[in-house]
Amino acid sequence: MSDDARSAEVDAPTNDGQQFDRLPATPADREVEGRASREEVLDWWEERFEIGREVFAEYSFWEKGAGKVWIFNGEATDPSEVEAVGMTFLRTRQEHWKPTGRAVSRFGARATKNVIELDPEQAATFAAGDDQDIPEWDGDWGYLIATHEVAGESVPIGVGLYLYDELRSVVPKGSRADLPVVE
Amino acid sequence: MNPLDRYESLVDDVDAFRAACDRPLPSVVRTNRIAATPARVREAFDEAGVAYEPVDWHDGLFRLPDGNPGGNWPYVHGWTHGQEEVSVLPALALDPQPGERVWDACAAPGSKTTQIADAMDDEGTVVANDNNLGRLSALRHNAERLGITNSIVTNQDARNFSTKPLAFDEFDRALVDAPCSCEGTCRKNPDVLDQWTLDHVHAVAGIQKGVLARAVQATRPGGVVVYSTCTFAPEENEAVLDHVLASEDCELVEFDLPLETDPGVTEWDGETYDESVTRTKRVYPHRNDTGGFFCAKLRVGGESDESGDAVDREVAA
Repeated sequence: MSDDARSAEVDAPTNDGQQFDRLPATPADREVEGRASREEVLDWWEERFEIGREVFAEYSFWEKGAGKVWIFNGEATDPSEVEAVGMTFLRTRQEHWKPTGRAVSRFGARATKNVIELDPEQAATFAAGDDQDIPEWDGDWGYLIATHEVAGESVPIGVGLYLYDELRSVVPKGSRADLPVVE
Repeated sequence: MNPLDRYESLVDDVDAFRAACDRPLPSVVRTNRIAATPARVREAFDEAGVAYEPVDWHDGLFRLPDGNPGGNWPYVHGWTHGQEEVSVLPALALDPQPGERVWDACAAPGSKTTQIADAMDDEGTVVANDNNLGRLSALRHNAERLGITNSIVTNQDARNFSTKPLAFDEFDRALVDAPCSCEGTCRKNPDVLDQWTLDHVHAVAGIQKGVLARAVQATRPGGVVVYSTCTFAPEENEAVLDHVLASEDCELVEFDLPLETDPGVTEWDGETYDESVTRTKRVYPHRNDTGGFFCAKLRVGGESDESGDAVDREVAA
């Protein structure tokens, strides 16, 4: 390898799948190509679900692997060579960013947009990981927060993908549950 | 042999001890207060017709007489976590505070890690370590399910744990919930009694001493280290503390647990231990109708800096 090539590598850091790197504050601070910035992540949650930026003010965001963003509320080195930093939060580096079910479970109750309230039967179907027709939804297509009512309050269940009158449950296999319908 | 035979000399009521060890334990869940209050969990159970009983010494615990702790909405929402009653004791003794730096040295599958994060209001940093990568995936699953955002997960041998991957080099508190011979879990898993060997007791005691010594070293002066096991074996309990008291700068402190306990023993099998091991606590199954457990609380020696003495601060609070 020539010296020029070596310095070019140093000049253009790439995403390292073995470590957690803190997201740059803004697109202008971006050094690793394709990496989401903190600003873009905050914008996305605000735009998609109307979850305010202040909700995430104390948290830091990290990338490990291609596009997987983690949310963290503690102290960590940058980069961090550990197994996990906080919890998985958002999948980026794809046309439509996708929130994780856990992020939606943790923060989704604050959402006021792209939230689909399910009735008891629909909620059980969703939790089991099954797709269902819900033609009456007249909001956006794409990733929605599916909620249902538990003892008088709306609670997020997970992430659904709404396309062509159908709500596809994207609850991961390991988190699917066969639950009785609670009327 | 049944290893429980060897502990008959330690208990006051042998028949009650043996009878309790033979009874199965109910499923129990702990409320994850990051996600819900115990009152919300009760409402959701009521609405769904899930039978539950309160636990009189801890308002966040519910016994589920019909079992199936994962088959209901509160579980799916991360409001509850299946955890044996006595398993909540070490984190109560540790008493972690929001904003602190806490190490869970033998963390998988994460019941105590997630309870620690909950007690910290998910603020500060809890470093969850385990040497077993497979078990770490269970820990990560549990931490995510419960919505924990203040944890770092590491995969090291706790005996020579390096703080190099961390943003700090000492902890305010550390929990060593050590791998052990587990007779205390016989009410849930009677196989542990068949698999028990004295060779394993001696082998695992060596590991326990190494992990506890490292935990004391990695905790700041004035900080707290809690040591716990689910075995009755003094070789894995008082003897481990006796060893670490002699080799590391630390002392056993008095502490309270919200159920009935017996003091640690100072003599066993021809050995005698430091008198202060009477400050440790043994939980026998017949006392509170629980699993068996052992728990000790240490103060790390030396002068505290401006962040204060964790033990004194609790006494003052």
